[in-house]
Amino acid sequence: MIWDTLLLTLQLALVTTFFLLLVSIPLASWLAQSKSKVKPILETLVSMPLVLPPTVIGFYFLVAFSPGNAFGNWLNEWFGIKLVFSFPGLVLASILYSLPFMVHPIQSGLAAVSPSLKEAAYLMGKSKRETLVKVLLPNIRPALLTGMVLSFAHTIGEFGVVLMIGGNIPGVTKVASIAIYDEVEALNYQAANQYAAVLFVATFCILFLVYLINGRYFKTFWK
Amino acid sequence: MIAIQIKKTLDSPAGPMVLDLDLELKKNQIIAFYGASGAGKTSALRILAGLLQPDRGSIQVEGQVWFQSNPKVFSLRPQERNIGFVFQDYALFPNMTVLENLEFAASQGKNVNLDHLLELTELGDLAHKKPKTLSGGQQQRVALARALAQRPKILLLDEPLSALDESIRRKLQFCVLEAHKEYQLTTILVSHNKEEIIKLSDWAIQLKEGKVVQQGAPINLFSSKKIPEKFKVSGEILDFTQKDNVVEVQLLVQDHVFKMEIEQKKADSLRVGDQIVLASNDFRPKLYKK
Repeated sequence: MIWDTLLLTLQLALVTTFFLLLVSIPLASWLAQSKSKVKPILETLVSMPLVLPPTVIGFYFLVAFSPGNAFGNWLNEWFGIKLVFSFPGLVLASILYSLPFMVHPIQSGLAAVSPSLKEAAYLMGKSKRETLVKVLLPNIRPALLTGMVLSFAHTIGEFGVVLMIGGNIPGVTKVASIAIYDEVEALNYQAANQYAAVLFVATFCILFLVYLINGRYFKTFWK
Repeated sequence: MIAIQIKKTLDSPAGPMVLDLDLELKKNQIIAFYGASGAGKTSALRILAGLLQPDRGSIQVEGQVWFQSNPKVFSLRPQERNIGFVFQDYALFPNMTVLENLEFAASQGKNVNLDHLLELTELGDLAHKKPKTLSGGQQQRVALARALAQRPKILLLDEPLSALDESIRRKLQFCVLEAHKEYQLTTILVSHNKEEIIKLSDWAIQLKEGKVVQQGAPINLFSSKKIPEKFKVSGEILDFTQKDNVVEVQLLVQDHVFKMEIEQKKADSLRVGDQIVLASNDFRPKLYKK
């Protein structure tokens, strides 16, 4: 049982990190170079999950996608998509919730790259996309890794959003953080401790890795 | 021929400045922009490369419109201008080796002999090194080789020769000259160094606060015709020392420092840092090997 829950947690974190990376690279690259008036609004929205109680995101998500409401009902009837109390819903909510943890490192990484690198590539006839993939991203690998690891760890640690949107369905939406709460409620401290210890050690290792790499200990292996 | 007629408002430390250029640059020449920093030299290069868009005007290269503001704003993308650009910070891609940098620039279906380019810029032994491990002079030659690898019609060099010692500077000057001839380029460079401009360029353009102050063949531009003496060298005043009736002035000519005495009246009109010309008809120098 405990391994099912931990596996589900791992699965959620991996899937979320993967999709986050796909979403965040274009978004961060736009934010890093745009001078548009919309930019501050978008930056604010991306950063909101940092300060907003996760339950707020969960609540609005629940309201928006609940089959009892027009939009959720429409999604369900036309596409058969049910986002509330389901794994895909959990992934979507986690992506929103961990967005700043992926976007911020990539954005500041891209902003720190000398603009002449980009300009040199353009003058060689390279498209924006090719420049991003072949010149910019390879030169911000530490930032990409930081973003990936932080999003992964943050997704493992989320509680409020998951509780609101996912509920507590074993094998579907019951992740480790929820399970701890559940076991404590049932006064089953030993099981709670098992989950908690695994999360504690895993989170320590993940963050330790980030600091090691950011501290350039791994520089020789990484570059 | 390159015909530039543009206006662009730039932010300079002294407030907004209008870069106002009306130039016709001849094909296959080496053209030098010079002038104090902040005069708009780099901006002029960036505008030609399409990295900076003018407010209005037009740019035509060999009859092809690269930029025009009338009747509709049109600007040819930098990707389509085929310009080789050597940036001040070299802009070498740190994730690629020297050879990969060149290959990335060359991958446009053009047949470029990269080995020859590496040989020309004396980089053969360094082909598989990452840019970070190279010295400043080597990095510059990589930047030059990479700019040439894309077989440009126009080569732009943004102060490529500054901040280097004399021998490295000479080596790169040689590379630029060789490449210019071999690839039949139109080369435009930004430089502070008059000696370098005389050595390299066919045409020099002086900018001051965004405007062209004078232009011409560098020999004519830098040798003052008002001074009748036959022998002239230019230098800079380093220091004054008062002595009885005369003033001893310390001068820097090329890389030599020496002192000479001048009249008090003359000294009053001069200041430390002034550019001066030493002129003489009585020219009987002795020759030494360096």
